Order: sequence, then C-alpha cells, then structure tokens
Amino acid sequence: MLGYALRRIAGIVPVLLILLTVSFFVIRLAPGGPFAAGRALSGRARAELERVYGLDRPLAVQYGHYLLALAHGDLGPSYSMRDDTVAGLIAAGLPVSATLGAAALVLAVLSGVPLGVRAALRRGGALDRFLAAFAALTLALPSFVTGPLLALVFGLWLRWLPVAGWQPDTPRDLILPAVTLALPLSASIARLMRASLLEVLNASYIRTARARGLGRARVLWHHALRPALVPVVSYLGPAATYLVTGSLVVETVFQLPGTGRYLVEGAIDRDYTLVMGMVLVYGTLTLLANLAADLLHAWLDPRVRHEPL
Amino acid sequence: MPGSTRASAMSRSERRGRRALWAAAAVIAALVLLALLGPEASPYSYSALDWRHLSIPPGLTAAHWLGTDSLGRDLYVRTLYGLRVSLTIGVLSSAVSLLIGIAWGAVAGWVGGRLDAWMMRMVDVLYSLPYLFIVLVLAALFGRGNVTVLLLAIGAVGWLTLARVVRAQTLSLKRREFIEAARATGLSAPQVVWRHVLPNLAGTVVVYATLLVPQMIIYESFLSFLGLGVEPPRASLGSLINSGARQMLTAPWLLLVPAAVLIVLLLSFNLLGDGLRDVLDPTGR
Repeated sequence: MLGYALRRIAGIVPVLLILLTVSFFVIRLAPGGPFAAGRALSGRARAELERVYGLDRPLAVQYGHYLLALAHGDLGPSYSMRDDTVAGLIAAGLPVSATLGAAALVLAVLSGVPLGVRAALRRGGALDRFLAAFAALTLALPSFVTGPLLALVFGLWLRWLPVAGWQPDTPRDLILPAVTLALPLSASIARLMRASLLEVLNASYIRTARARGLGRARVLWHHALRPALVPVVSYLGPAATYLVTGSLVVETVFQLPGTGRYLVEGAIDRDYTLVMGMVLVYGTLTLLANLAADLLHAWLDPRVRHEPL
Repeated sequence: MPGSTRASAMSRSERRGRRALWAAAAVIAALVLLALLGPEASPYSYSALDWRHLSIPPGLTAAHWLGTDSLGRDLYVRTLYGLRVSLTIGVLSSAVSLLIGIAWGAVAGWVGGRLDAWMMRMVDVLYSLPYLFIVLVLAALFGRGNVTVLLLAIGAVGWLTLARVVRAQTLSLKRREFIEAARATGLSAPQVVWRHVLPNLAGTVVVYATLLVPQMIIYESFLSFLGLGVEPPRASLGSLINSGARQMLTAPWLLLVPAAVLIVLLLSFNLLGDGLRDVLDPTGR
C-alpha cells in the first residue's frame, strides 16, 4: 500500500511540471502583455516596469527565474493588482472557494448515497422514478443556468435566502451556491450507488448471507454496502475535477470572493504570475484529489494496488 | 400492418423509449427550424433598438410578444438568434472533437503496442486535468470575440472520451475475421481502417456525437456567460442568460426565456442521445 502511494505521489510531480511549463509559454504567446498599450502608460514608464519585473529578458531566463522563485515558495507579484502578491491574493480567496467545494461535496455525498441506496432497495418505486427524473434534469443543466434560477426562486420570489454575495460568518450565504454546485454531483453519486448496489445485491454471497437467515438490514450493512461503495469512491476523482471547475462557475454566478475570478481576470489582464499561480493551485488540487480517490479505492479494493501503472 | 407486430414485440419500456426518442428529435428539429427562420421572419432585427419599448414584459398582444431588454431589443428575436449561434458553435466544435477523437482512437487501437500505451497515457493525463479551466484560459488569452479560436478551444475538450471508446472498438474489430480477410487481399493498413474499421464505428460515433453537442453548447454558453464568447450586440444563449441574471429583479423574463430554451434544447439532445444509444449500441451501457 505504501509503495503504491509513493509511486502515485511521485507521478504527480512531472505532470505538474509539464502543466506549469506549457502554461508559462502559452500565456506569453498571447498577444499583448501586462503593461501593453491602452493602459495609459508612456513608452518609458512601460519599459521601466518591464525591466523591474524582468519581462524584458529572454523567455528562457524568465522561465528559469520563475521556477527558482517557485522552489522557494515565491509565486511572485501580481502585475494587475500591484499592491498584492499572488500568494496573498490566493490566501485571501482560497478559504472561500475551499469552503464552497467542501460544503458541496459533503452535501452531495450525504444526499446522493442514501438516495441511491433507497432507490436500489425499492426498485421501480416512487423514489426510484424521482431519481431518474432528478438525474436527467440536473445532469443536463449547467450551474450557470440552475444557479440564477435557484437565486430567482429562493432569493427573490420566496425571499428565503440571500441572492448573492458573501459576508464572513454567515453560512446562509453559502446555501444556494453549495446546493447549485452539489446538485449534479448528488445525482451522479445516487445513480452510481443505485447501479452498484443492485449489482452487489444480485451476487451469490448476498444470497448465501440471506440463506443463512440474516435479516435484510444486516445483510445490507455488513455485506453489501462496502463493496457497493467502491464505484462511488472511485468517482470522487472526477467529482473533484468537477468541483474545481464548477466552483469557478458558481463563484461567478453568486459573486463570491473566492479565487475563481482571478483566473479569467488574470488571463484578460495578461497578469502572467497570477494565472500561473491559479494554474498551480487548481492543478495541484485536482491532481491531489484524484490521488486521494485512487488511494481510497486501493484501500477498499486490494486488487488495485498490484496493477502495473 | 407489419409495423404493429414489430411494435408489440418491444417491451413497454422500449416503446416508451422510442416515443421519447421521436419526441426529442421533433423538438430539436423544431428548434433548429426556428433558429434558422425565426429571426428572418420577424420584423425586428437582433440588434435593433426600440427606444419607445424599453424593458417591456412579455404579453401576447404586445408588439414584442416575449418582451424587450433594457435597450428595447426584441427578446424573441434575440433568443432565436442566440439559439442559432449556440447551435452552430455546438455542432461545429463537436465536429472538431469527433475528428480528433476518431483519429486518435483509431490510430492507437490499430497500431497498438508502445504507441497505443503512450497515446492513451496522454488521454489519462488530460482527463485528470480540469479541462474547462484550460479552455477558459485559452479563450481569455486568444479567443475574445474570435469565434474560430472559440470553436477550436471548445472542440479540443470533447475528444477524450470518444478516443477511448473508438480505441476499444478498434481493438475488438481488429481481431475479427473480415478484417483479417481484408488484410489478406493486400489492402494497406490505412485502407483497411478507412474502409472496414471506421464504417463499423458509425453507430457508436453517432451516439457520442449526439451526446457531445449539448456538452459543447454548455461550454460555449459558459464562455459567453463569462463574457469570453460572442461579443455584443451579437448574442448566444449563454450571454443572454448572463445579462438576464443581472436584471432578474426588475426583468425576470430576460433570464427565464433564454434559460427555458437552453433547458429544452439540452434535455432534448440528451434524450435523443440516450435513445439512440439504446437503439444503435445496446451494449454501450
């Protein structure tokens, strides 16, 4: 298990390095620059700024400097918000984004798993049919449609919840964004759970357990649930990727002060270091989440550990 | 009637599935027709301002029956125009995805060995990245208002799953006797792939293409929602939803109308894709 974990962790580093390298050069390929024309700067002021930030040097040198600083934990200054460092901006926004993502994940698992189990146990029942419709609807609709619609109904018409924005220490602000983000995830988890539990319940060892005279509840809890959870757990990797990109959408829709906006704003402003910082943070998060899901999978299902990578 | 005997041989759920399939196809056909003809048939243009009718709510008797936005532009025409833009970009970028996915999967599956392992490893790595994220950056850097770049950026997202499916199918086809026979007649590898492998993938590809289009429409709408897609006064469903969401307190119809069209469009495409999968590719699930 430990060997497997170490091999997988070691596999992350080259992927991250490739991602950073490609981003570094692609961003600089784009027309314009952080201090390009149209920003009310004289030619001399611009040249001076570029010299201060080292942007007048050859690309390879800039790349080397960036990696060197990164190795020391320095993400560099932000070019567009000149009072802030990239690390400072990310440190300010990340707690909001992380809270949102965690809340949505918890919500999705806590609603999806019981819903799927229930639907599998009462196959063809009312809840099962509800799940089919719920999944078809939420999986088809993107969050930038469900978000505004939920805000319109629950925020403006019913006035139950705040429409948008974020004050510290007011969890009510988080409810609509978290629900918006959780809906498709909850549907996916419920569908996976239903399908895999149905399959497990058909297995011969479940029949044996029943034949030994064990009650339905006992068989479900002691024999069926753990193997049935395996597909759900391995889905958590893709789910994390979804959460990372989805939080970006939801933060925009509900105007939350998370890190999501920095990516688009940074790219439009050609704020090279800010975009690189975002790529680094979100790339690492996704890769780590996928890794965590794989490790959990390996722990639940020992066969996985011995597969060649 | 010969048709009725065949229909009775189908199970109840199958018949319901067929009905849903035809209904979805009809809705999509109607939406495509509306998108093509609607804006031309209306007296208003998508960018014409009507200063005497600003932010008019929908009303069947009014001059603008679905209302106007805050600049007095007709919402019915703008929604259909946005639908046209979204559909066009969705279909074209799906085509881009299909081309890459089929080529990638067919080459990996046919050649096999180290090349296959390397190509599929690359797909795995790309899978584990937040792809929408990369597209966002690319669109923000290169594609603002540039529809071609937008197309390519979105199209580059959708090919991963298709590449996997095509590769798996190619692998299993490769061992079939008719392929062996074709090779024995002296056809070159590209000829065999072109004439015998690809036609056998058609069913799968059709199913995936149908499921890909709504996905691409979502990406396009999302980029337009963020202001990275089509530029005003032009519109797509995403940019309409975005501007509607900003004014939903005073003019909720500006959000509800384009959102409803997008919802119906996406649901129909998904129903069509699922239905086609049951018909053409019953083992796909």
